[in-house]
Amino acid sequence: MSAINREQVGHLAELARIEMSDEELARVAGELDLIVESVASVSQAAGDDVPATSHPLPLHNVFREDVVGETLTQEEALSNAPDSQDGKFRVPAILDGE
Amino acid sequence: MSQDVLSFEEALERFDPVLGFEVHVELNTKTKMFDAAPNTFGDEPNTNVTPVSLGLPGVLPVVNGKAVESAIKLGLALNCSIAQKCHFARKNYFYPDTPKNFQTSQFDEPIAFDGHLDLELEDGTEFRVEIERAHMEEDAGKLTHMGGDAGRIQNAQYSLVDYNRAGVPLIEIVTKPIVGAGERAPELARAYVAAIREIVKNLGISDARMERGNVRCDANVSLMPKGATQFGTRSETKNVNSLRAVERTVRYEIQRHAAVLAAGVKVTQETRFWHEDTRSTTAGRPKSDADDYRYFPEPDLVPVVTTADWIEELRASLPEPPAERRKRLKADWGYTDEEFRDVVNAGVLDEIEQTIAAGASAAVARKWWMGEIARLAKQREVEIADLPVTPAHVVELNGLIDGGKINDKLAKKVLGFVVEGEGTPAEIVESRGLAVVSDDGALTAAVDDAMAQMPDVVEKIKGGKVQAVGALIGPVMKATRGQADAGRVRQIILGKLGVQG
Amino acid sequence: MSERIVELSAADLAAKLASGEVSSVDAVTAHLEQIEATDGTPLDAQDRSRGTDGLNAFLHRNREEALDVARGVDEARAKGEQLPELAGVPVAVKDLIVTKGQPTTAASRMLEGWMSPYDGTVTRKLRAARMPILGKTNLDEFAMGSSTEHSAFGPTRNPWDLRKIPGGSGGGSAAAVSAFQAPLALGTDTGGSIRQPAAVTGTVGVKPTYGSVSRYGVIAMASSLDQVGPCSRTVLDAALLHEVVGGHDPADSTSLTDPVGSYARAAREGSAEGGLKGLRVGVVQQLSGEGFQAGVQQRFEESLELLRAAGAEIVDVQTPNFEYALGAYYLIMSSEVSSNLAKYDGVRFGLRVTPEGTPTIEKVMSASRAAGFGDEVKRRIILGTYALSAGYYDAYYGSAQQVRTLVQRDFAAAFEKADVLISPTAPTTAFDIGGVDESADPMQMYLNDIATIPTNLAGIPAISLPGGLAPEDGLPVGIQFMAPAREDARVYRAGAGLERLLTEQWGGPLWRERADVTATVRDFAATAAQGGK
Repeated sequence: MSAINREQVGHLAELARIEMSDEELARVAGELDLIVESVASVSQAAGDDVPATSHPLPLHNVFREDVVGETLTQEEALSNAPDSQDGKFRVPAILDGE
Repeated sequence: MSQDVLSFEEALERFDPVLGFEVHVELNTKTKMFDAAPNTFGDEPNTNVTPVSLGLPGVLPVVNGKAVESAIKLGLALNCSIAQKCHFARKNYFYPDTPKNFQTSQFDEPIAFDGHLDLELEDGTEFRVEIERAHMEEDAGKLTHMGGDAGRIQNAQYSLVDYNRAGVPLIEIVTKPIVGAGERAPELARAYVAAIREIVKNLGISDARMERGNVRCDANVSLMPKGATQFGTRSETKNVNSLRAVERTVRYEIQRHAAVLAAGVKVTQETRFWHEDTRSTTAGRPKSDADDYRYFPEPDLVPVVTTADWIEELRASLPEPPAERRKRLKADWGYTDEEFRDVVNAGVLDEIEQTIAAGASAAVARKWWMGEIARLAKQREVEIADLPVTPAHVVELNGLIDGGKINDKLAKKVLGFVVEGEGTPAEIVESRGLAVVSDDGALTAAVDDAMAQMPDVVEKIKGGKVQAVGALIGPVMKATRGQADAGRVRQIILGKLGVQG
Repeated sequence: MSERIVELSAADLAAKLASGEVSSVDAVTAHLEQIEATDGTPLDAQDRSRGTDGLNAFLHRNREEALDVARGVDEARAKGEQLPELAGVPVAVKDLIVTKGQPTTAASRMLEGWMSPYDGTVTRKLRAARMPILGKTNLDEFAMGSSTEHSAFGPTRNPWDLRKIPGGSGGGSAAAVSAFQAPLALGTDTGGSIRQPAAVTGTVGVKPTYGSVSRYGVIAMASSLDQVGPCSRTVLDAALLHEVVGGHDPADSTSLTDPVGSYARAAREGSAEGGLKGLRVGVVQQLSGEGFQAGVQQRFEESLELLRAAGAEIVDVQTPNFEYALGAYYLIMSSEVSSNLAKYDGVRFGLRVTPEGTPTIEKVMSASRAAGFGDEVKRRIILGTYALSAGYYDAYYGSAQQVRTLVQRDFAAAFEKADVLISPTAPTTAFDIGGVDESADPMQMYLNDIATIPTNLAGIPAISLPGGLAPEDGLPVGIQFMAPAREDARVYRAGAGLERLLTEQWGGPLWRERADVTATVRDFAATAAQGGK
């Protein structure tokens, strides 16, 4: 695996929505490089015939009945909001549409 | 400077359009996809929420079993294969309407895949649209943009978020690229979305109200030079929310792409938005590396495993597909193509079917629903289905005519009163005393009066001028305020005069 | 009373409460006083990140509510009401588990001041069992760490030596139990966060089978690895608390439907005469020897001797794929972390930082997350974002999930030969606070979890219990037993059996070897006040 540079970490930080200074980017790039190097062997461990395990125990079909349960009040919903208005959460302007 | 759009005709002369649709259907389950908050529209903001809907720290999702069944039903209705095992995946992106900053969706294992839908265009041409997949996911909250122009996101100063809709179950249906539609592309687009809407409504899994966003369409359009086989660069116009807008969007995008390509410029792969006011699309943000959704299997949910028994049980519960039903009804009823199309367009298939089932003939059912009832609806500017007239009313009305209780003219009057909410036809005839006068005693008296007043007419009839009987019927009808059966009056007069009719 | 209340095990305290010898109010008061005496005072009233001059095991003390619950229990008992077995026995809760009416911070600035509008399932179960909750215990921020140094509110200190770390992430719960601040505590274990702190503080910690205890209301770190479990000073106590909080929860899709096991009975049977006879104990060759501190190794081998002498059959087992376990763990864990922690964006709750000017929401989110998360959390989010990003998924996340399968296969093969597996819990005893330079080598800290991680990958249960003191530094060593999935009873049986053999050898519980904690804290605080530390 190739070394991780500062630009790459910059892109990752953007994806992860974490503002980072140049020094921070450089430091994290170095740390990440070390970590990635030491976990690189993982990609060589298993052959193609080994299935992936995403759940430790093999459960399936865990469903809920379609029955309405207890809800929060508007006051409870907004109780921890950094900012709210008219019963809604208020946020600064959004850069562009999704 | 090149023009913004080419004429549709010129565009089609030079290019072949390729379409693709992503239709999101909001299910009408009682609760959300992953939590027990109510799935209802129009309530006070942030009241249909649980800690799960808000993505509070520590919460976990649990799948709504009803929504899974709805997804399987839809998959079956779209002739899809149903996955034996599939899991949910997280689609990671930051946006304030998405409480967890990831959408729980499906990625490499959709619940339904490889299906098709046969569409019938207005002139009866059939067109098959291949379905790539249908997968389960959750809706986002609703943003209101404040301080900008007309609620648009551009220039807004801030936004307000209501999470009532966050977590509402969605099924996203994705088509394979649709080629060969040519000039019928806009019409096909409309027909496709209309068919999806009809199917989900027929299945009873969605309210299918486009104005409420129950069915939303993202329309992909690209052009390739006539005869080419390699697809061009596509644009994706988001959230087109009416059938008319779908048709217009596709038409507009074909014209716009054509103008771009004709000017020798490359089409930008981007998200666009449809504006009903200007009947045009504008660019959103271009697709970029930033669209790295980092999908991975949702570790808080376990896989959905389907069995053949379960699928067959659901298949058996499916209602007849709308298109097949139409074919069957048309054959059963014996209507002409035109008659049947009018019935379909008037939206009274159900009414006519029920009217026939309740005992009326196909002709009688059509006569009333497409005749007087349609006129009353038009007069009141409402849909026929929204009038308080029921199939049972029509059958009852027809029975009154057959039994000689009322005539056609009275029947129309009675219908008017049914629409006014005065009761059933029989009740109205009774309460308003509208029945034809079939009491021979009363009629005979009226006939005697008329003959006494018009001896000359009586003589004419006696002399063989039978058609003169009409002159006597008029006054009798008048005397009985139109409630007499004209045929019976004629019989009585001729009988009295010993003349053969 | 010959013994101080706070030194009683939960089982003994429950017995005294039941007999009326001690009231719950007395019990709660005694523990609150112990917290008061040992948890220290803030080093800097303005800056919580510096922690205290004491143990700093608690981030929030729930004095009034705990006393209210205790009074209620005492009144109910006076009326002769039938009460749950642990009613009136106080408990501490790791501050990763949400509690209505008390703050929940995950030891992060991000959640400072956040009040949950709902209770976690285990919190509800503690309330239903009428156990007074003493407060919320310290941890590495969002449970990421092996030392509790990554708490935004200062490190917790090890009651055996206040300059040492108490392990992590659940250092607060372990230190609290170790220092008699609470007889019981709840922890969470993603890669060893219950067991490694238990090992280095001379206490007992259990990571149950994945799905045995509900995760609803547990702030997620890595969903497929996280599991709630008990912290205590005896194996029986851990079993009793596991029985209270375990069981199926429809709010957690990964929750097992199995009924709660008879863990306390298993513990009692294991500690009975001959309780270990015939037990096949597999020694995991890959989890001892090289890389393990000499004193740790020595105590581990002594335990093996005791087990053999008690009639257990000691066999060697090989788990060749464990070599990849740490790498796979860090890829899976960080990937899930990067997604689970996305919700902390300053929109609905938590810290919002608004940069100058008229910033967009994107800028506000980035600034809030930059200010709200500590370095270790950011490091893992970035690693996880990388592991999941386009072009790397197969090589990293995909491969790591395959390794998970290989690790499960290794365990399955090992459990063919043995009923339980055994290893040291952690490769070393507690190290100095500030002793690891993580920026220079982040993997060094991660190596603390080398012996605990495989069980999380496989979802199987494991226990850590005190195995004695390492001769070279006099600090506690932990011994770990592992059992197949859903066989949690086996770790209690084996753990209680070994516990009995060891305490018989020591002539009492290991903590009797330690200097009085209150005095140690007093001295430490005095030194700190003189600027000595």
